[in-house]
Amino acid sequence: MTTATTEYNFAYLDERTKRMIRRAILKAVAIPGYQVPFGSREMPLPYGWGTGGIQVTAAVIGPKDVLKVIDQGSDDTVNAVNIRRFFQRTTGVETTTRTADATLIQTRHRIPEAPLAEGQVMVYQVPVPEPMQRLEPREAATRTLHALAEYGLMHVKLYEDIARYGHIATTYDYPVLVNGRYVMSPSPIPKFDNPKLHMNPALQLFGAGREKRIYAVPPYTPVESLCFDDHPFEVQRWDVPCALCGATDSFLDEIITDDRGTRMHVCSDSDHCHSRRQEQQPQAPAPRSEPEQALA
Amino acid sequence: MYVAVKGGETAILNSYRLLAEQRRGNADTPELSVQQIREQLRLAVDRVMTEGSVYDPELAALAIKQAAGDVVEAIFLLRAYRATLPRLGASVALDTARMQLDRRISATFKDLPGGQVLGPTYDYTQRLLDFTLLANGQQTAAVPAATPTTEAPAFTPRVVDLLNHEGLIETHEVPQGDPAPVDLTRTPLRFPADRATRLQNLARGDEGFLLAMAYSTQRGYSHSHPFVGEIRVGTAELEIVPEELGFAISIGDMALTECEMVNQFAGSKTEPPQFTRGYGLAFGHSERKAMAMSLVDRALRAEELGEPVEAPAQMQEFVLSHSDSLEASGFVQHLKLPHYVDFQSELELVRKMRANGAGEEPQ
Repeated sequence: MTTATTEYNFAYLDERTKRMIRRAILKAVAIPGYQVPFGSREMPLPYGWGTGGIQVTAAVIGPKDVLKVIDQGSDDTVNAVNIRRFFQRTTGVETTTRTADATLIQTRHRIPEAPLAEGQVMVYQVPVPEPMQRLEPREAATRTLHALAEYGLMHVKLYEDIARYGHIATTYDYPVLVNGRYVMSPSPIPKFDNPKLHMNPALQLFGAGREKRIYAVPPYTPVESLCFDDHPFEVQRWDVPCALCGATDSFLDEIITDDRGTRMHVCSDSDHCHSRRQEQQPQAPAPRSEPEQALA
Repeated sequence: MYVAVKGGETAILNSYRLLAEQRRGNADTPELSVQQIREQLRLAVDRVMTEGSVYDPELAALAIKQAAGDVVEAIFLLRAYRATLPRLGASVALDTARMQLDRRISATFKDLPGGQVLGPTYDYTQRLLDFTLLANGQQTAAVPAATPTTEAPAFTPRVVDLLNHEGLIETHEVPQGDPAPVDLTRTPLRFPADRATRLQNLARGDEGFLLAMAYSTQRGYSHSHPFVGEIRVGTAELEIVPEELGFAISIGDMALTECEMVNQFAGSKTEPPQFTRGYGLAFGHSERKAMAMSLVDRALRAEELGEPVEAPAQMQEFVLSHSDSLEASGFVQHLKLPHYVDFQSELELVRKMRANGAGEEPQ
């Protein structure tokens, strides 16, 4: 645990700003999947690099929270390190890389492989909150479509994929229907992660700083990936296991190991991979924590 | 064995050190002071203040120094600092008719009350590199001390007000109760946005973006026939009315550039033919910015004036959603962040599509 820098308020934002963000979060929780506009601030990190997630985290984090920050599934990529350092400096809270030990997880582009539990909060960094933006760039128009629950545009797009390629050609940021009402961008997570959104016991908050929107999926909310009866939703599968831990059920990143096309596949969730390897060692240095055993 | 990128923290700390070294440059060269930047890179300071939305030349100069002269980065630094500042109050509306003018030109009238004052401008410099500056010499010709021919009048009427005497230009009544405008830094932009909100957005907007948008209106992407009614550069008094006093007190002077663009308007079903207005305002001496802003402001008024909205510069969502350099720079540059997962997904998809489509001609 590091001591917090005292020049700034706890978690950087002033209390009035936090209150404004919390109000937006409450509204978002009350209307699952609905994009709530909020007075997004200019943070000391650039727009597009997680400012929405950072503001949501700053608004909900407390001194007793244990924070985990991942980017592309990994705790060690530079942006994850940078955001974790930001909160260490401004809050002094305990941080962890272990999914099960965290009370608050800020993520970019992945949902951890280990199942989440009640009481945990997931904060997603969202680049483009509007799922129909590529089909209709005008916000005034998409707002009306949401109000009327008129999602034909999205279904036509998916249908055109099938007509052209024989399957839906969206692999990440795959649109979902939340609580049977709002079509929502799950943020650019691979569609592999979409099933984890459904009936998740954790509170899932989504922050888009540049676009100034917050939305939420409360615990145990139905989240359905859009599809057709004759073209059901499918997730990616790999022919090979993780080269490090042997997992066959996790999302694998492809790593090129030489200039002759040799590659290996490893877990994108670095904590998941690391825990599995520790387990496999006969004399594991650290015994597993209780909540993680319960989840196993 | 390969283990996914570790050591991010050390890399970041090393990058800070390298950046500081690079910013400082050769240590044998004297270090640039914030005061020097403030005095000698004045126009950069003005731009950083304008787009950074903070009138503070010293902090703007500091930001320029810290950003090693990257103006957009300096604007970012100033904006992030600004976000934490408390709001103490709102000022009284600036009275630019009572500006202390350094420069004031009109392209619509040869002479006019208050006169034309060329003042400091690059406009008529012949753009020849001045090698005496390179040799650290003094300027070849000493500038004669500014001697205004007449004492600057306390009140210089605006060109648009002169036109208004004839009823040839549109007027804008102050709305009932003079409601406070939306504060864009506290309330997110929603569409359609009213003019006060649009002007706030444009005032903070990236100069390069606004310049290109304004330029497009002159090349057939929207129909405007603009004339520079007036550009004035100078200082205006900033006043506030503290609640406990109940009357206005001056809290200082601000350097400003104001541009009123006058545009032809053929009239509509409800309005007679007349001139319409586009408005630009920037901190310090920022004529390019103020002019671009006024052209884009006028173009964005197409809908309220009953003109067809056909060109990008007339489209609110297009202009206002893309004008902010922080938003644009952040999102463009976020592509540097790892996208392993998304790319992996696309890799699988492209392989699948190639496998499925083997032998078939792509559409």
